[in-house]
Amino acid sequence: MAEGQRTLISPAVLARPRGKALYWTAFALVMAVFTLVFIGPLYWMVTSGLKSSQEFAQTPPTLVPGEVQPENYSEAWSVLDLAQLLLNTCVYAFGALAFMLVFDVAAAYSLSKLRPVLGKVILGAMLATLMIPATVLVVPQYLTVLDVPLVERNLINSPWVIWLPAVTNAFNIFLLKRFFDSIPRELMDAAAMDGASPLRTLRSIVLPMSRPILGVVSIFAVVAVWKDFLWPMLTLPDPSKQTLNVGIYSLGASVPENQLIAALAIASVPTSVIFLVFQRNIMHGLTAGSLKG
Amino acid sequence: MAAPTLSRRAAPAGGRPAGRRRTGREDFGRALRRNLTAHGFLIGAVLCFTLFSWYPMVREFILAFQKNEDGETVWAGWSNLSYIVNDPAFWQAWRNTFAFTGLALLLGFAVPFAVAIVLNEFRHGRAYLRILVYLPVMLPPVASVLLFKYFYDPGHGLFNRILETFGLPAQDWLQSGDTAMVSVVIAATWMNMGAATLIYLAALQGIPGELYEAAELDGAGLFRKIWHVTIPQTRLILSLMLLMQIIATMQVFVEPFLLTGGAGPENSTLTVVQLIYQYAFTFNNYGSAAALGVVLMLVLAVFSAAFVRLDRGSED
Repeated sequence: MAEGQRTLISPAVLARPRGKALYWTAFALVMAVFTLVFIGPLYWMVTSGLKSSQEFAQTPPTLVPGEVQPENYSEAWSVLDLAQLLLNTCVYAFGALAFMLVFDVAAAYSLSKLRPVLGKVILGAMLATLMIPATVLVVPQYLTVLDVPLVERNLINSPWVIWLPAVTNAFNIFLLKRFFDSIPRELMDAAAMDGASPLRTLRSIVLPMSRPILGVVSIFAVVAVWKDFLWPMLTLPDPSKQTLNVGIYSLGASVPENQLIAALAIASVPTSVIFLVFQRNIMHGLTAGSLKG
Repeated sequence: MAAPTLSRRAAPAGGRPAGRRRTGREDFGRALRRNLTAHGFLIGAVLCFTLFSWYPMVREFILAFQKNEDGETVWAGWSNLSYIVNDPAFWQAWRNTFAFTGLALLLGFAVPFAVAIVLNEFRHGRAYLRILVYLPVMLPPVASVLLFKYFYDPGHGLFNRILETFGLPAQDWLQSGDTAMVSVVIAATWMNMGAATLIYLAALQGIPGELYEAAELDGAGLFRKIWHVTIPQTRLILSLMLLMQIIATMQVFVEPFLLTGGAGPENSTLTVVQLIYQYAFTFNNYGSAAALGVVLMLVLAVFSAAFVRLDRGSED
């Protein structure tokens, strides 16, 4: 971080007693308000999931649950079959990650280092999909998975319906290609002289050097599946095949409110943990892709 | 040393592929092999793009001119388009979408920028504040949206409690046509502002400190420094984010769908994408859904083109 970098307010002003007082007041205020605004709802969610039905509906609401009912969580777990939903979401997310990594890394490597005929056209056509509003394509995409052309198969309710579209992420291909572009050509040529095949060069030179960018696109891929709603709602109508998001939405109305909120709290844990563990990489990834303009 | 030989070898292999300059059967064979390998690496991604991006893109346009009659797909000409244009919901949906976009920009564009400016001034607790702001982005949308649904509840909802403690009148929030859209925008801003804030923060850190010093020497106060230094220095990223946010908010779906069940009271949160969804998946009218999709695509394309031109023009 750019610690000690000169910003809007001059260090001279901050050094004065009045500046110092103002700084610390503003700081305390922002800390308090932000904690309230961003942690508050999460606190409400976790504690409301612990309340009894009467206590949850009571006015004014209690800040700390009077009568703690941890069994709401276990009931939500079994009634909504959260274990199944969680497992489904993991299978979709990590399957999508695997397909995305294999196909997009191979494509980016080919476009960056192998330079095939029409490579630029293909890259252009991929990047062009970023311009098309994604929601516009939901209808034709849905009709496509109902009856996939040539193979004539219906992919509804199958994991392929999540895995394969995850590959069509032009932004990831772009990020990967730009990173591969920065790997010196001499390394590739040296490997080629030693008789390494392109696949081997990819495995033993390119991939080990690309760990940071692979980490970033991986996290984005997993989180994207975890957060998606419209597409899995349309393509996974079978309740036993649904994702957490869709399953909780479709079964939510039939369970007591305090259990529903307990389920939401459980559903929020995985991506929050991913974030807290990898927050440094995520922050870098967010800025790496956007800033160099 | 290996260095000189390495660079001699690397030179022809860099830039242009060596095979193209020379002709002859052997080289043709090598180029063919090289291309086959390269296309082999591409094939998986290309197939997926064909199936899930390029083909649906073409199909969207074809669908817009087709309709379903007694289980058979027939050519419909412009009838889908005239059908949607004559649907009163069409105009309502566009009005709502523009209202949502306007409100979302007012909040969703200004708030993250202001927050980034404030956070950038602090020397302490930065990591913590950044994590806080980004946390909602990582929550499953069902969780954050349903949380807000409970907060908006006019009876025992948290927001009316808060208003009450400050002596302010209670609101109907999602239950009334007047406030439903604003309520959706507030929730959407909370859910999504983290990403924009972090991008602005990164941009702010690239501003050279001397510019602020120079502005101070000219007697500029806080707001003039923001106006004359901060905003011009982050202009590129600001205009890019503005365009991206407009395109994103005009496609809003999840928030109104989950908060108000889609249309909302008096159709007040019926957006264009909601209407596409209704046509396609409630009425099974794929033709009209596709026609509306094409209209949305064209509007966004015209809009982006105009924006890029305006942006270029203002730079000179």
